[in-house]
Amino acid sequence: MSEGINAYDAVVELNDHTHWAFGTGFDDPLAGIDTSVPPGTDTAEQCLALGDDALIMSHRLAEWCTNAPELEDEVALANLALDLLGQARLLLSRAAQSRGEGETEDTLAYLRGEHEFRNVRLVELPRGDFAHEIARLLVFSTWRLGVFERLVDAPDPVLAAIAAKGVKELTYHREYAAAWTVRLGDGTDLSHRRMAAALEAVWPYVDELFDSGAGRDEFDAVIRQVLEAATLPIPNVSVAARVAGRAGRDGVHTEAMGYLLAEMQSVVRAHPGAAW
Amino acid sequence: MSEHRIAGVGPAGGSRGASGSIVSARDVAATVVDPELPMLTIAELGILRGVQEDGEHVTVEITPTYSGCPAMAAIRADVSARLHDAGFPDVCVRTVLYPPWTTDWITADGRRKLEEHGIAPPGKAGRAVPLLLGRRDTVPCPRCGSPNTVEMSRFGPTPCTALFRCTACAEPFEHVKAI
Repeated sequence: MSEGINAYDAVVELNDHTHWAFGTGFDDPLAGIDTSVPPGTDTAEQCLALGDDALIMSHRLAEWCTNAPELEDEVALANLALDLLGQARLLLSRAAQSRGEGETEDTLAYLRGEHEFRNVRLVELPRGDFAHEIARLLVFSTWRLGVFERLVDAPDPVLAAIAAKGVKELTYHREYAAAWTVRLGDGTDLSHRRMAAALEAVWPYVDELFDSGAGRDEFDAVIRQVLEAATLPIPNVSVAARVAGRAGRDGVHTEAMGYLLAEMQSVVRAHPGAAW
Repeated sequence: MSEHRIAGVGPAGGSRGASGSIVSARDVAATVVDPELPMLTIAELGILRGVQEDGEHVTVEITPTYSGCPAMAAIRADVSARLHDAGFPDVCVRTVLYPPWTTDWITADGRRKLEEHGIAPPGKAGRAVPLLLGRRDTVPCPRCGSPNTVEMSRFGPTPCTALFRCTACAEPFEHVKAI
């Protein structure tokens, strides 16, 4: 590659390895890693669910580009989205390996239908105001950090390594969300009201997070610590209704999910096989 | 974006055979720089985990800084290109995820270079921290050394840096976050 190349050429050049975090056809993020899966583990299912959570949350966070209240927070939210997209790529690649049906991270992200996604409903909720995003991020990162801390000892060494890496990132995400929760909750009357309303809006989707795992006490303790500092009450609202007992992990989603996928998958579906 | 992609160690770098000297694959791989922090080589950044030479075949192990680090593909391509140019035709670049990279892997030389380039190096990373809620260590200004600095944004131009401003000399600067 010559030194005189301009930035646009570098981005669009085919077969170039330096394109950034969008598009299809990236190098396998698990390149060179032992692909064997220990027998008797449910790694494929776990990686798919946690990968879907990260992918959809990443998509919602990315929607804040050009919409955040300050440039610094726009950059911050985009960086959180990038971390989660990275986790999604590793987890979906691992899920694809484990399922052994010739899938890739791309086919899992772009070619599945709504009912095949296993993400919790919290992450697909439509973007609200900034307080709503902070409330969702506080709940999501606090919960996911606990899940990853336990997965560090997972029987699948690849999942364990992905979790060990993610713990460090999620610690930052939680810190960011907690700081903003305190700033808004312990701010003006208006910001306090809106932060309280935001927590009430996402709280019905907390219950579902603990369907398949421990950690509720630890989660509650962290949330209590943050909300006390933010002078906010713990929301007292009903749990979101399920469909015959089923929710996101069973592939039963809210209305927002179809619209989200329609946007996220539109280019791949309109131009099958295209790389960009 | 192009500066890190200038391929090859020129004749001065001593390609294999040309000068009669044998350059180890590790020495070659260690010269590749990080695209986001181009003052650091991947060895100084601590993401070069290992280089094994087995006859003509070279295996290089690298680890990502962040899960979503978009520079990994570029680094992988750079390592391959640099080794090819140095006379190693058969190169395999493997990803290693464990143990996870932390900023503690940045070498002393790497930290010094960051500071020389106006980027405050990270403190000790340690284990995952409990909620800080605003409490954190001070980051001295890399230009004037003053401890009176404020964080403007937890996230700077890249995920691994935060944006600070020095209230003594008024200069903004980046800080590589301890992670």
